Amino acid sequence: MLTARDAGLAVCHDCGQLVRLAGDHHHCPRCHAIVHLRRPNSIARSWALLIAAAICYIPANLLPVTVVDALGKTQGDTIMSGVLYFLHHGDWPLALVIFTASIAVPISKIAMLMYLLVSSQRRSVWRPVDRTRVYRIVELIGRWSMLDMFVVTILVALVQLGFFATMHAGAGAPYFGAVVVLTMLAAQQFDPRLIWDAVEARDDR
Amino acid sequence: MAPGASARCARCNSLLCRNPPNSIERCLALTVSSLFLFIVANSYAFLRFGTPGNMRTTTLVTGVVSLWEESQYLLAGLIMMVGVIMPGFLIVLGLYVLLPLYLRRRVPDVGDVIRLLLHVREWAMVEVFVVGILVAYVKLANMAELVPGVSAYAFALLMITQAWTNGSLEPRVVWRRLAALS
Repeated sequence: MLTARDAGLAVCHDCGQLVRLAGDHHHCPRCHAIVHLRRPNSIARSWALLIAAAICYIPANLLPVTVVDALGKTQGDTIMSGVLYFLHHGDWPLALVIFTASIAVPISKIAMLMYLLVSSQRRSVWRPVDRTRVYRIVELIGRWSMLDMFVVTILVALVQLGFFATMHAGAGAPYFGAVVVLTMLAAQQFDPRLIWDAVEARDDR
Repeated sequence: MAPGASARCARCNSLLCRNPPNSIERCLALTVSSLFLFIVANSYAFLRFGTPGNMRTTTLVTGVVSLWEESQYLLAGLIMMVGVIMPGFLIVLGLYVLLPLYLRRRVPDVGDVIRLLLHVREWAMVEVFVVGILVAYVKLANMAELVPGVSAYAFALLMITQAWTNGSLEPRVVWRRLAALS
């Protein structure tokens, strides 16, 4: 297959304009974005953001995301204890929604990105179409982890019944928000074409 | 490319480009609807909650303010960005690009604005917030009286118009129309 790179052309990340490469720095003539063949330092930047996300993931799950003052007692709830609460009260559809958005999505996203990074670094040629699909899934589901932070915001605003029940955001909440933002940035930095560079290198041999 | 046709990547079968019929006109109509829905959604309360003597109402912005008052600055800033500022910015940028294109006028820096728009889109999370309202509604329904407000419906419609705009807006069609102007 003749690729644009072989022909000395690069596509603009932002507007899709084909740009002829000559020299070092290029700006897209149409939208003025900087044009690269591959995102620069894609793997290193993506790793840095992903490791930061993995570190924030620990306090995000161990510290309470909500704190309720009710009838003189204070109770903190982590994400997992919130899911278990609804499961024990027979409200399993809600437990499933929260489990998916707040636990399954962030952890699988971190795992999938790590796999993509490791396999690209090792120049793996194994099932590139499926790995590209994994990348698309990571990009698609990332934003949904924000769900719990919106719910916390609504609860804090509404549950202000004085002595009976008052809701606060817990210390884990900002860490959770950081995990969402950092994993989204890490996914943006990864260049899925790196998956195919290894395949092309093998085919050329 | 014929109207309604699409092109896919030869390697990974990902969608490359489509040519939706009346792309510009449809996106402009949807963006104007989004503007009105955005104003309604952020001006009125989306939920009322409490006992008959002590009802609390909240808009997204007052929710952010109560987080701020609890010294949750990071979370308050994040929610403000993805819930209010980015969705609003997306509408403004969309109007800046689409309205002159529809009227066949030229405006400055349209290339940079389209580029910005495509990046802002990723951080506007109205649809996640709508599901958040639903989850909060189910969580609070048994605790005390809970009434959804007009803004909850506006947010749900805004979710639809923004998703529809994102689906109908094809940057390549915009670029072609821009090129035809000059």
